[in-house]
Amino acid sequence: MDNIAGSKSSLNWIVQISVVLLVALWLFPTVGLLVSSFRTADQISNSGWWESLFPTERNLTLRAADPDDEGVQQLIDGVYTISGNLFGDPEDVEISVWGTSSRAISDYVPGETADMGDGETMTVQANGDYVWTSTEELTGRGQRAFVTATTPPEFTLDNYDQVLLSDNATDSMAKAFFNTLTVTIPATIIPIMMAAFAAYALAWMDFPGRAILIAFVVALLVVPLQLALIPLLRLHLEIGIGKGYLGTWMAHTGFGLPLAIYLLRNYMVGLPRDIIENARVDGATDFQIFTKIILPLSFPALASFAIFQFLWVWNDLLVAKVFLIDATGETTVMTNQIVELLGTRGGNWEILATAAFVSIAVPLVVFFAMQKYLVRGLLAGSVK
Amino acid sequence: MHPAILGLLTITVGVGACIGYFYFSNQFLDKVLFPAKGPNAGRNINRANLVRPWLFLFPAMFGLGLYLAYPVVATLWYSLTDRDQGGAFVGLANYRQMFNEPKFWEAMRNNMLWLIIVPAASTAIGLLAAQLTDRIKWGSFAKSLIFMPMAISFVGAAVIFRLIYDTRPVEQTQIGVMNAVWLQFEGGIGSFLILRLVPGALMLCAVATALYVGWGQARTALEKQTPIMFMAIRGVLIAVLLWVAYSCLMLGIGAFTAEHPYGEPQTWLTIPGWNSFLLMIVLIWIQTGFAMVILSAALRGIPEETIEAAIVDGANPFQVFFKIKMPQIASTIVVVWTTITLVVLKVFDIVYAMTNGQWETQVLANYMFDKLFRANDWGVGSASAMIIMLLVSPILVWNVYNARKEMR
Repeated sequence: MDNIAGSKSSLNWIVQISVVLLVALWLFPTVGLLVSSFRTADQISNSGWWESLFPTERNLTLRAADPDDEGVQQLIDGVYTISGNLFGDPEDVEISVWGTSSRAISDYVPGETADMGDGETMTVQANGDYVWTSTEELTGRGQRAFVTATTPPEFTLDNYDQVLLSDNATDSMAKAFFNTLTVTIPATIIPIMMAAFAAYALAWMDFPGRAILIAFVVALLVVPLQLALIPLLRLHLEIGIGKGYLGTWMAHTGFGLPLAIYLLRNYMVGLPRDIIENARVDGATDFQIFTKIILPLSFPALASFAIFQFLWVWNDLLVAKVFLIDATGETTVMTNQIVELLGTRGGNWEILATAAFVSIAVPLVVFFAMQKYLVRGLLAGSVK
Repeated sequence: MHPAILGLLTITVGVGACIGYFYFSNQFLDKVLFPAKGPNAGRNINRANLVRPWLFLFPAMFGLGLYLAYPVVATLWYSLTDRDQGGAFVGLANYRQMFNEPKFWEAMRNNMLWLIIVPAASTAIGLLAAQLTDRIKWGSFAKSLIFMPMAISFVGAAVIFRLIYDTRPVEQTQIGVMNAVWLQFEGGIGSFLILRLVPGALMLCAVATALYVGWGQARTALEKQTPIMFMAIRGVLIAVLLWVAYSCLMLGIGAFTAEHPYGEPQTWLTIPGWNSFLLMIVLIWIQTGFAMVILSAALRGIPEETIEAAIVDGANPFQVFFKIKMPQIASTIVVVWTTITLVVLKVFDIVYAMTNGQWETQVLANYMFDKLFRANDWGVGSASAMIIMLLVSPILVWNVYNARKEMR
């Protein structure tokens, strides 16, 4: 609608480019995490993740095969010889310089022969092929080679293996994943049921005090849940629920109700009056009107609240910390697990990034699959 | 019992109990208590219809009352009592103790900064993004990518940004983007442009904008005879704007005069003053998508005739935007602003996961959590929760006022 009069194509290009930049800026942090989760600890600490997408030049310390291993050492023309490739199986690598001592890692170019004294020599080619010779029988470990090589991007699934499948209790996200799921699903479904009936009453039934109740719901919409922590924890401890799933489900249900009622009521008010009145005339009770007409018609609003509640409960840390996680830590959820990893393994980015990505993967899938309803819910909740 | 089975059981029981409750209570009302037959059929139907709304409302209202309304009162009570003395009433002693703690004032100061910067930045960038993406073909795709952080948890975002702010010793390769970029600066002409001229100029622009808006508000306040409440709000607004202008001026001057430690990797999250901004960036990153989606819908809702008329009258794009579009989406901007303000007031996870309030990054919600679960001081914890409630309450009143106006 802006190009009705005199829009210029150059302006359009500027807009395109700025949007590309903006999107890139917004994606950059998440992509960093995603890429890091596919790299080994070594790779992460040796180069920024943005370099890993291209072939990079790295300093590596590699070793020739151990002479003590059987069949490695061959006697050719009176010279003990070991040959092979420094990289194991030759990939797309290109060595630019190399050396045999950590103090002189760039003494030789590929193809040159290094003399290491005592009749030992070593030759390294650009692709990593080496020949290590000696006049006496070689013993001990393989000769070290310090190479500066350009290696292709390399990614691994090991981190996911460790985070999801290993038995290591501090790293494992599998249990936390299921705990999160256990918290989330009931805490998403139950408030919908309760709120839908209340929303119907507030939208379509006439009774004294309705306006005040709506105002009450709107007011509770903004009450910070921080206020609820102590009184409710105390209440739970007194009535014997203690810390656990039951209390967490109840807390999430309570905290989700205002938004649920508000969204559903706003949606239900907009449904056509004729349908409801016709049904009444035909002798339907309120209960029948609600279950047979209102509920199916309100599906979009139900879906948008369900997404909100799902994202909120899945991503929640505070409620879980207060109402769920006890001293044993058996019921830890993913957000809490990640915070603990930040404390214990603050430098191990491969574990952290993978754990974080495991926890944000599900919400991202839900987000992209149901975005339409999410946006609709947002608009219903705030533009009106 | 395995938690997953317990979960399934709870879903079944919860949903079943809900449906059962609604079904049987309705049946009871219609068939037993006030049957719609016999001599009093008419009266019974009326009575049943008087009771029924409350049947529908009861579970939700009970939940709301118990989980949100009661805690407000209870927390207020706890903030006035002392747990160690067996819950004896101590008046304002908890508040007094809290006001004497420097950490509390640090949290207050940071919260105020968060309250100004995060909603302002999110709304501004969101508006820009909405304006830009609405003009291009692949706009909805771009939007969903900018909107995406909304789905990411605060803790996940904290990890993402800790990687960006990561620091390695000087001799190692920097794996955090921020330090990697920082090490590119060496004090030459490029550094002058990017680190001094651009931020300095931006700050001076901000000063000018704040003064301009403040002047506009002051003029309106002087010219129009408005109710005293609006005058008071304007006064506060002008004071805040003046303060913003002053801080921006100081920052602008600082941009030109500060000494930069070129070539040394910085531990960003431990630099007091700047680290709070780095934490705010996380929330801005998350909330911008929200602002963009809402504002884009509002921009599209503007009647095209108004814009066409303005263009025919010779308005330039800036005039179209500021004089035609802005006034029409002003109410939406207020909604977006207040919604983000609410998020900011409750922000806990980001600070907890990134710095835990160290190095002068404390905010109220984290301060409260600290008091509650680490110091085990329920009195002061409740008092700080009440402060959050107090900060929220203007928005609460405003929302209720609007909702009631709408219903009439």
